[in-house]
Amino acid sequence: MIPALGLLVGLAAGLFLHPTVPLALQPYLPIAVIAALDAVFGAVRAVLDGIFNDKVFVVSFLSNVVVAAFIVFLGDQLGVGSQLSTGVVVVLGIRIFSNVASIRRHLFRA
Amino acid sequence: MSPTEPPTIAPDPVDDSFVWQRLALMARPRATKANALAALLAILLGFAVATQVRQNQVLGLESLRQSELVTILDNATQLSARLDQNARELQATRDELISGSTSGAAALTAAQERLDTLRVLAGTVRAHGPGIRMTISDPGAKVTPPLLLDAIEELRDAGAEAIQVGSVRVVASSYFGQAGSGIEVDGTTVTDPYVILAIGDPQTMASAMEIPGGLSENVRQLGASITITQSTELVVGALHTLREPRYARRIP
Repeated sequence: MIPALGLLVGLAAGLFLHPTVPLALQPYLPIAVIAALDAVFGAVRAVLDGIFNDKVFVVSFLSNVVVAAFIVFLGDQLGVGSQLSTGVVVVLGIRIFSNVASIRRHLFRA
Repeated sequence: MSPTEPPTIAPDPVDDSFVWQRLALMARPRATKANALAALLAILLGFAVATQVRQNQVLGLESLRQSELVTILDNATQLSARLDQNARELQATRDELISGSTSGAAALTAAQERLDTLRVLAGTVRAHGPGIRMTISDPGAKVTPPLLLDAIEELRDAGAEAIQVGSVRVVASSYFGQAGSGIEVDGTTVTDPYVILAIGDPQTMASAMEIPGGLSENVRQLGASITITQSTELVVGALHTLREPRYARRIP
């Protein structure tokens, strides 16, 4: 409940404060957001599986974000930044879909 | 096991009838450090999502990679070259059309001027302008057609452009003949006093009439009188009717 409220608060803050992303962070923010979303869906699924752990969620969230950003950074350095970004987005997207499918089975038995 | 990792083994069979309760249980506020951290991360996530969405809407080129920028630049260059080409062609067409229409208009104006000139010379239009009015009073009927013809020739020499004798317009084909008490001009009898209107430079024509041995002297020697009035605005109102030439044909 509190994290869900936090999500709304963050959305509102982002909408009303009009922050600008620093130039150095611009390639990484979208990937980081996808990675964080993956972590959030994984957490909801863990709750429904009955194996949720606050500490694991925090750690996985942060590590997901950092690893995703690092992969993109590495890709930029190697000259395959856009391809690697696409790859990361595809992988994370697949994971989000499978997590959502699991959640759906738990909640709606379908 | 991390919540983000797919389960490698089948999870314990959970009684799915209680999932909603479990969700509600997890959702209730708990004052633990980890829950606060999770809330903080959620705030961050929301903030990042909103920021990224905004950025994506606002951002133009600076978020793109070099290769994408090069592609865009290439496209823009090609497009610009194509548009330049188009613009050049259209400009050429426009220039062509403009010059065509102006030369057409110029030709029309020139033709109109030529037509006006020819009409004045042919005597088919009324003419006005500066000129002289010459009146020859001949009570003794001494004026002969050759004298009148001399007068016309003198006027033409002096630059007369439109001439009228009595009520007859004098043109290239005009003739003078004796007709009883008067003089016949182009089939019309003109009687004393003879009024001659000529459009041209008034001073030149007046002095041409007055030179020694000229028209005025000849007229006075015959016992007739002549008066010449210079005028800045004179109307030669008589018209000559054109006749279709019977023999002469235009060489095409």
